[in-house]
Amino acid sequence: MNLILEGLVKAFWLIVSLDREVYEIMFLSLRVSGIAVLIGALLGVPSGATVGLKEFFGKRFLVSIVNTLMGLPPVVVGLLVYLVLSTSGPLGVFQLLYTPEAMIIAQLIMVIPIVMGVTISTVSSVSKAIKEKALSLGATNWQMTLRVLREARLGILTALIVSFGAAISEVGAVMIVGGNIRWATRVLTTAIVFETELGEFGLAIALGLILLLLAFIINWVLTYLQWSGLRR
Amino acid sequence: MSRRTRILAVFSIVAVVAGAIFLALSYGQSSRQQNLVLATTTSTYDSGLLDYVLPVFEKRHNVKVNIISKGTGDSIEIAKRGDADLVLVHSRKLEEQFVKDGYGVHRVGVMYNDFMIIGPSDDPAGIAGGSNATFAFEHIAKAGAEGKAVFISRADKSGTNMLELSIWSTVGLQPSNKTNTWYIEAGAGMGAVLRMTNEKNAYTLTDRATWFSFRSQLPHLTVLVEKDRILLNPYALILVNPEKYPQRNYKTALALVKFMISEEGQRLIESFRKENQMLFFPIAREFQLANRLGFPSQEHEVEWYDSQELELSFVELIALRGNLETFRFESDS
Repeated sequence: MNLILEGLVKAFWLIVSLDREVYEIMFLSLRVSGIAVLIGALLGVPSGATVGLKEFFGKRFLVSIVNTLMGLPPVVVGLLVYLVLSTSGPLGVFQLLYTPEAMIIAQLIMVIPIVMGVTISTVSSVSKAIKEKALSLGATNWQMTLRVLREARLGILTALIVSFGAAISEVGAVMIVGGNIRWATRVLTTAIVFETELGEFGLAIALGLILLLLAFIINWVLTYLQWSGLRR
Repeated sequence: MSRRTRILAVFSIVAVVAGAIFLALSYGQSSRQQNLVLATTTSTYDSGLLDYVLPVFEKRHNVKVNIISKGTGDSIEIAKRGDADLVLVHSRKLEEQFVKDGYGVHRVGVMYNDFMIIGPSDDPAGIAGGSNATFAFEHIAKAGAEGKAVFISRADKSGTNMLELSIWSTVGLQPSNKTNTWYIEAGAGMGAVLRMTNEKNAYTLTDRATWFSFRSQLPHLTVLVEKDRILLNPYALILVNPEKYPQRNYKTALALVKFMISEEGQRLIESFRKENQMLFFPIAREFQLANRLGFPSQEHEVEWYDSQELELSFVELIALRGNLETFRFESDS
């Protein structure tokens, strides 16, 4: 019990005293997961919309694959990215291993299937009537797609919330490809693992609280956006 | 568009733009550093030694030393793949193999400390006060078989783990066995294993440095056996062979080794204290001692390092002073 209390007190002080290391770790987490979700959205939404709206041979197979990849275990992604980015791997010349870029790549690989999968399902569920109405009113295919995406925006927003949550709370992949290097690739989750092993529970709890708080703030903003979108 | 939508749209755009600017700014900052990757053992890092010694070097040479702290086995594997510039490790067998395979060059002794066997204060295996590690291991195994004691192994190919396994083989035991419930293979770093040993009232083998760093958190444990000759723990620095991996930062790695084995570096190591205890003893320039601790060509290697000039080009000299990025290109070539 003492351990938890002491930890909580220390956590409180670390947060209010704006401890430099704690905040650098937090910003790195935000940066890595933020960029991964941003790029993931840029790639996943258009490709998901295309797959969702078009009918083609093998579509069902492709959708099953995307859905399977949605549950890709982070450690497996970490292992693959590690092998590819290692100096003796195929992309070794870029010397990306143990950098934030490597962590972004790993999280991106996790995020794309989530964004794509949810986009496919929301776009497909937009009623046929809307598509047909748009087309019958003389809309081009492109205009119809935009119209459908507008209808599906809440679902896409959900995809972004889910994928950001998955990315920022993931520990396996960033641990492997980032190496948990202090002042360089240490993010909230890897820092929690590390500090717990060292017995620095105060720091670990502080980082845990910050992780929760970040997740809450981001979800709150996005949920607010969703609701105000619904009320129209 | 309703008013609400407009507010919402403006809000989202502002958020995205602000986010993008923030990301771009923080991104530019961190990629502007000259980097060196040092793969090392958990004992040197978790004890705080590297955080004490390296900043002096980093400041002088305008380098950021990125520390990957894994066991000796992992560190050497990382270096073999070309993902590190140098290693600081402690397992003679693995080190010599690393050099023999052509991945490492110029292995040099830098410091040593020692291992000890720790365990619960009530000591069910009855090994307290001894100074014969082999004998103690035998007793732990016996008590373990009777269900009275538990031994926790790092089981991670770390230097500590390698030594532990070699003691078991001297005893003539192969404890890694599904039916041996007294032998727990943790697969974790020294700190984590010490905490686990404390929770489970078990025995384990630890290096002195990590023990002293963690002692205040380990109320159930005490030192039982120490000062056996086989428990000496020498650390070596080895450069990654630049012919194997020319893309690595060989020059800066060389500068780091030169610093660590210089009089100044050795004094820094000597002055590092935890709870008023000296944790690492320098050996780089104590040639006889180094010879006995498994560095037969210590004198030769130190001479070699001393003879290596840090060939600084004009551009690098300016960079050293002016903090310029040019340094990186020069030293990479």
